[in-house]
Amino acid sequence: MDKKVAVYICQGCDIGTSLDLEALSTVATEECDAALCRDHECLCGEAGRDLILKDIEDGANAVVVAGCSPRFMPEAFTFEGCQVERVNLREHVVWSHEANDEDTQMLAADYLRMGIVRAQKAELPEPFEEEIDKTILVVGGGVTGMEAAVDAAGAGYDVVLVEKEVQLGGWSAKFAKTFPHRSPYRDPEPVPIAERIAEAEGSDRITVHTGTTIEAISGQPGQFDVSLRSNGTTAACRVGAIVQATGWKPYDATRLDHLGYGRCANVITNVEMEEQIASGEIKRPSDGKPARRIAFIQCAGSRDEQHLPYCSGVCCRVTIKQALLAREFDNESEAYVLYKDIRAPGQYEDFYRRAQEDTGIFFTKADVVGVEETGDHDLLVEAEDTLLGGKIQLEADLVVLATGMVPVAADGEGLRRYADARAVVEKGEAGAQLEAAKETVEELGHLEGTAILNLDYRQGPDLPGLKYDFPDSHFICFPYETRRTGIYAAGCVRAPNDSQASQDDGAGAALKAIQSVELLSRGASVHPRWGDMSYPEFSLQRCTQCKRCTEECPFGTLNEDVKGTPEPNSTRCRRCGICMGACPERIISFKDYSVGIISSMIKSVEIPDEFEEKPRLLGFLCENDAYPALDTAGLKRIQHSAYIRFIPVRCLGSVNIVWIADALSRGFDGILLVGCKSGDDYQCHFIRGSELMSTRSENIRDKLKQLALEEERVRLEQLPITDWDRLPQIINEFAEQIEEIGMNPFKGF
Amino acid sequence: MSINGCRGKILVVGGGISGISAAIEASEAGCEVVLVERNPYLGGRVAQMNQYFPKLCPPSCGLEINLRRIRTNPRIQCLTLSEVEKVSGDVGDYKVTVVQHPRGVNDKCTACGACVDVCPVERSDEFNCGMRSTKAVYLPFQMAHPPVFVIDASVCPGSGCGKCVPACPYDAIDLEMEPEKIELQVQAVVWATGWDPYDASKIEGLGFGAHQNVITNLMMERLASGDGPTGGKIQRPSDGKGIERVAFVQCAGSRDDNHLKHCSGVCCLGSLKQARYVREQYPDAEISIFYIDIRAPGRLEDFFAASQKDEKLSLIKGKVAKITEDAATGNLEVEAEDTLSAERVIQQVDLVVLATGLVPAGVGEAEIEGGLEFDEHGFLTGEQPSDGLLAAGCAKRPVDVAVCVRDATGVAMKALHSCGE
Repeated sequence: MDKKVAVYICQGCDIGTSLDLEALSTVATEECDAALCRDHECLCGEAGRDLILKDIEDGANAVVVAGCSPRFMPEAFTFEGCQVERVNLREHVVWSHEANDEDTQMLAADYLRMGIVRAQKAELPEPFEEEIDKTILVVGGGVTGMEAAVDAAGAGYDVVLVEKEVQLGGWSAKFAKTFPHRSPYRDPEPVPIAERIAEAEGSDRITVHTGTTIEAISGQPGQFDVSLRSNGTTAACRVGAIVQATGWKPYDATRLDHLGYGRCANVITNVEMEEQIASGEIKRPSDGKPARRIAFIQCAGSRDEQHLPYCSGVCCRVTIKQALLAREFDNESEAYVLYKDIRAPGQYEDFYRRAQEDTGIFFTKADVVGVEETGDHDLLVEAEDTLLGGKIQLEADLVVLATGMVPVAADGEGLRRYADARAVVEKGEAGAQLEAAKETVEELGHLEGTAILNLDYRQGPDLPGLKYDFPDSHFICFPYETRRTGIYAAGCVRAPNDSQASQDDGAGAALKAIQSVELLSRGASVHPRWGDMSYPEFSLQRCTQCKRCTEECPFGTLNEDVKGTPEPNSTRCRRCGICMGACPERIISFKDYSVGIISSMIKSVEIPDEFEEKPRLLGFLCENDAYPALDTAGLKRIQHSAYIRFIPVRCLGSVNIVWIADALSRGFDGILLVGCKSGDDYQCHFIRGSELMSTRSENIRDKLKQLALEEERVRLEQLPITDWDRLPQIINEFAEQIEEIGMNPFKGF
Repeated sequence: MSINGCRGKILVVGGGISGISAAIEASEAGCEVVLVERNPYLGGRVAQMNQYFPKLCPPSCGLEINLRRIRTNPRIQCLTLSEVEKVSGDVGDYKVTVVQHPRGVNDKCTACGACVDVCPVERSDEFNCGMRSTKAVYLPFQMAHPPVFVIDASVCPGSGCGKCVPACPYDAIDLEMEPEKIELQVQAVVWATGWDPYDASKIEGLGFGAHQNVITNLMMERLASGDGPTGGKIQRPSDGKGIERVAFVQCAGSRDDNHLKHCSGVCCLGSLKQARYVREQYPDAEISIFYIDIRAPGRLEDFFAASQKDEKLSLIKGKVAKITEDAATGNLEVEAEDTLSAERVIQQVDLVVLATGLVPAGVGEAEIEGGLEFDEHGFLTGEQPSDGLLAAGCAKRPVDVAVCVRDATGVAMKALHSCGE
């Protein structure tokens, strides 16, 4: 389609009084060939909008609005079917630079050129058209999975519910009572699991497969082809999204030898205690006599660097429940709870208080050192009193270890490394690679056969673990955002949770699954680029099979064929553009975001010659954090150097180093890259973007050396959105530094 | 099976992190949403926070994304300065009356700030816990959404002054604005009304309100925030001096029969996090945390474990009974009793931070047919008399941000049920 670009410059918010708009208009129409350029006193008002609408009616199909930041007034400048580019003359120009100044005017002119070029080169994204199946697969039939299944079914979605055991219910079906989840939070409650199972099994929309595991899942969200295995037979189904609710297993108590497990007959775990409670009486395993003096050892394995460093979250409340039930069964029994901290959050404090009121339950803060048998399988618990100092010895006829929760998850990335290494070993070619592979096979051999989802993803067959094998999200604000689109972990596999929290989590995961199939069916992206219709397109005839895109995609979007050519899966994609940044051959593009578009924007900047002594710096800003930070600096009227031109990027990881090379060879004197925090506590919304940019900047340094340019000409910064006051400082320091280094010798070539 | 078309309409009451999340998640799954917030901005309590535990990342980073999802989503209608007045009907068909209080500034506002320069009236800035003032016309905070100024009607003299009216180039000031009633018909109502900090002055002996250098944890968040009253510098309110010794008093009001019987769930991690703020600015400061139990569930234990490696941070199991002030210096003496040993611990410090608890904010004056059910702590219960009335986040349970968001997402799921298949 022929582009008819119409440019509008707002006079409001100091723009009209700080800049020569007539000169800008000349830049737009004469230099950049825009079809028209108009200015208006207040574009965001009704009259301004009408002005634009009229031109659109008259055939303008790409609109450049030069005024405030695109973060403001999006509704005023959205025109159905018409491409809109916003040029930020307010926050990034007039509110952060001297009015009616030559450099400010040059800055505005460059931003206008860049905006017009973008409008000319970019195209309105058209959504992909894929047949989207909206069935939800739920893996795991415990409380979490059943909640997800029943909820999705209740909203009108077909559900396939897979459980590896012969019946639904999970752990909850084995427990007689749970600690209370509702007001008044005082007494153990029965578990309404039978009703829930009946509900799941009775639903017309839920197909239940018990005694079943997942043999393979291929495809992508909206088009997952699932192969189920049950009793030696396989069955196939197609689903759109997946909830993984595979739950937990108790920590292996045989590793807690010092606490007597396996060594002393009357030391049991809290799970074994549940079995006793379900049987209606609490007996010593050694002789079947009633247990009257019960010691509960908290954090048995949890909060322990040697075992599980994390807190298992529920054991305090479970112990309180078990102590109360033991007392209910036999009011002459006594319960001693040896704890590090009693963790009964929120209203569960009432339950703790209830136990404290019980004269037969004693709480002692202590570090248990060991458990020994005395005569007749009686037990002696030795502990250090952490409050008073000194040793405590406690006689007991039963010891209950509050063992923690371990996720029933598979380490997807570990499995992938294991499979890759095994392939190398099997190939058997000599060399250092083989030795390394053998080591990896040895190190990760325990993962063999642990896969659960069996995804056909190049980056591994299961969700990547975040920490301690929990496939949790690293985002506090977006706790369902993991690294595989359309696959959501919920309940105890994701984090230690109580049954109520697990159910709430199952409901949330069901919603996310529904949301993903609904958005994908419109060709739109899920979070964080919600609603984005653009998607990466690959010119595969130029691909050199370098595999950078398949390796670097944080979401496992791309598979590879045998040669290593990427196989795109549009619905797995989050549209961050990291693949585009990774590709040395520049074969990956979005309709509205490509190496070519950004390169053209860079080329549109006017570079003054060496003798004008006006350096030109180029900045790439993460559009989620650094860009809003610069907006805020503008709102606060904090000034920054007029020598820099910024381009917002979807993620710093989408910056292709060819842009940097282009800019330097065009005569830019310095390049500033501002992204989000990387490392363990990364803040990058695309997981690895700024980390990947750090790696790529090594290559950039080599490039600079080749060009005999100073390393300092390219600077990478990590900046949280709140550091808006620091960003202008960074810019100004960088500008000063570049002035000291001197002009880029390639200027004018 | 439902398709892409809109599946129904829900109301979300409260524009904090839970309400925002419920609104966005429901709308992205196909619902139309009206989001009602009593403040002039979205973000609620998290907007006041400096950083989240355990990542020590700024809340505005996630808010920015969420607000973009709201700004660009035509299915979400936001009503700030608004409160629910009345709800009648039953699941699938509720009639709701919302009253929107006058903002004094209309949506022609471009946030240019010309009005502020001419406004002669100052007001105490509650967003910053009263630790600074703003003009009567103000933007609640730098990244506030909507990015529209607001006039505090309780202090603005109105048309008697009117200086801001001609100062605004966009005709955005409207001092004659009247409250507006908005009638809605929705299929479900999500109550994400959040929490308020417990009034620390009610806690006898801790000296809040009497001693300037006794502050609350929320005040600490504002002190540590770059856009807060001190530009992010943690200092003593009495004299602006730096901090050499600071005490955090846990369960200030919480787990206490005389105040809040519940555990507020987040204050342990909150104080451990604030100890990091102090440590970053004062590498040598002595930090004491007086606690009953440190409650750091799940992987948050890692944060606690890392904090324990700080050699100048001491954890003292004991409840603080009394804080006294040396009037001459503003220094404080913290007296705690070890509940088990009955021994007394006395410490001299420069600053005391009270880890005040979370009180459910409630639903105000809203008149609700059939009523809402609250537990004895004032939190909404998970199961309400009418199926389409749903509680989310801290209105239901005192929990951290990630749990609020998960809960709100789950509640959005339930809200979909009220909309039918």
